[in-house]
Amino acid sequence: MSDEEEDIVLSELSDDELVPQMHDDLYDGLKEEIEEAVHILLGRGWAPYDVLTKALVEGMRIVGIDFRDGILFVPEVLLAANAMKAGMSILRPLLAETGAPKLGSMVIGTVKGDIHDIGKNLVGMMMEGAGFDVFDLGINTDVDEYLAALSEHKPDILGMSALLTTTMPYMKVVIDTMVEKGIRDDYVVLVGGAPLNEEFGKAIGADAYCRDAAVAVETAKEFMDRRHNIRASG
Amino acid sequence: MSHLLNRLLAEKSVLMADGATGTNLFDIGLASGEAPELWNESTSDKITDMHRGFVDAGADIILTNSFGGTRHRLKLHHADDRVFELNEKAAKLARAAADGAGRPVVVAGSVGPTGELLAPLGALTQADAQEAFVEQIAGLKSGGVDAIWIETMSAPEEMQAAAQAAAASGLPYVLTASFDTAGRTMMGMAPGDIHRTLAPADGSIGPLAVGANCGVGASDLLASILDITAADPNAIVVAKANCGIPVIKGDQVVYSGSPELMADYARLAIDAGARIIGGCCGTSCEHLTAMRTAIDAHQRSERPSLDQIVAATGALVNQTASAGAGAPKRERRRRRA
Repeated sequence: MSDEEEDIVLSELSDDELVPQMHDDLYDGLKEEIEEAVHILLGRGWAPYDVLTKALVEGMRIVGIDFRDGILFVPEVLLAANAMKAGMSILRPLLAETGAPKLGSMVIGTVKGDIHDIGKNLVGMMMEGAGFDVFDLGINTDVDEYLAALSEHKPDILGMSALLTTTMPYMKVVIDTMVEKGIRDDYVVLVGGAPLNEEFGKAIGADAYCRDAAVAVETAKEFMDRRHNIRASG
Repeated sequence: MSHLLNRLLAEKSVLMADGATGTNLFDIGLASGEAPELWNESTSDKITDMHRGFVDAGADIILTNSFGGTRHRLKLHHADDRVFELNEKAAKLARAAADGAGRPVVVAGSVGPTGELLAPLGALTQADAQEAFVEQIAGLKSGGVDAIWIETMSAPEEMQAAAQAAAASGLPYVLTASFDTAGRTMMGMAPGDIHRTLAPADGSIGPLAVGANCGVGASDLLASILDITAADPNAIVVAKANCGIPVIKGDQVVYSGSPELMADYARLAIDAGARIIGGCCGTSCEHLTAMRTAIDAHQRSERPSLDQIVAATGALVNQTASAGAGAPKRERRRRRA
């Protein structure tokens, strides 16, 4: 770091300064600084859920915008996500204790033949940050693995990811199998990945295509609201 | 030492490379998620047919069916213990098709990314990546390739690992990257920087040719070629564009490019300074035949502008790298010391 820049002592910042500083530190992928700042906010009596949403999720939203606009690239986004993850691991047990609102649960995985998991990991992290339980099946997930996880975890949502035009058709294989087994309507199916679009999502029978991690979270929340409404009226 | 690729480059002003491997194999029955490399053994007649089709369409260079032939990718299909034999087989199939052409056809051994993130972002060290490429390239060399063709790369560290492995084999090699994210690779490398992938100081043998492949549309790829030829007008440059833009029709991925569009693309690539021109995803033998005719008839003319490219081969999908470079990073607050 340059000598000309003034040192910042995080603990000396007011809440109003510290939160934007955390957004910057996330942007720069500074993991230790994020951990320190999370502890500071908790020490000042912040609810874990507020630390998560106002500091971490908001910071990642900014990173997402600059990634979309071609200002940041994958290495920077990964470093930011790692810093977020470090903050998350401090908050996770506290969120469980404090009974932070649980929105629902999700099984997620990159499809068979595809090993690209950057986007999928981001979605998983953002979903967890938003209050979902996330069961991550990793990469190269075949239909049997998806079905086994659905029956084991009984999630509200199934998320599938693919980066390659050559692997995205596999999503249809999974959905068709769910239809065959008569379980398709038990789950909200969300799909995402660089080569996909809305038309493809519809064509293969998914409930929605999500352009990025932030959209995935918003879409998931909407579907959960709808489900609750249906249950409430039923 | 005179290798076939060097010789052909000395004889002809422009060479034509082949079309797509993956998407053409889908058309003849490869299922989504299956490993194309396993077909070198199980379905070798179809691989041979594909190579012959490209040769008959007039390709001067054909690529082996070994794009995912490193142990890291074959592991997904429980074939990581067969790296050498699958790559050797891939090379032999292409070699036989090339040798039956009745004219010199270069066999280039395709080497794609491992799919892993390299350290410090991921767990794979550059040394381990290089070892995996050495293993793959040994199989390709044993099967009789004339050159190594490193393609669809994104990360500079991985390019260095693959380039060093190729250089160590003693074969000439080609290095191309996929500029698919805001005019750069997804790891942020700009097209003009590909010449510097191997720093002259490290003493490695540089690539015979560099360039761009895959990415998004043909227009975007041509924009990358302009940047690459501008950065080093003396370099031998490769253009291997997708056949237009992938569009989704129902549940199928189809490419928007017609043979006429690919012929226009080939002419523009020549004008932009490319000396090796082929097609990537979606490029069939029909497209290649049209490109051959265009390449043979075309006299290199003035370097095209971006506007001329867009007028001929369609709108850009992404901004160009040079446009992106103008966009400022977010204003930072004070950093901590």
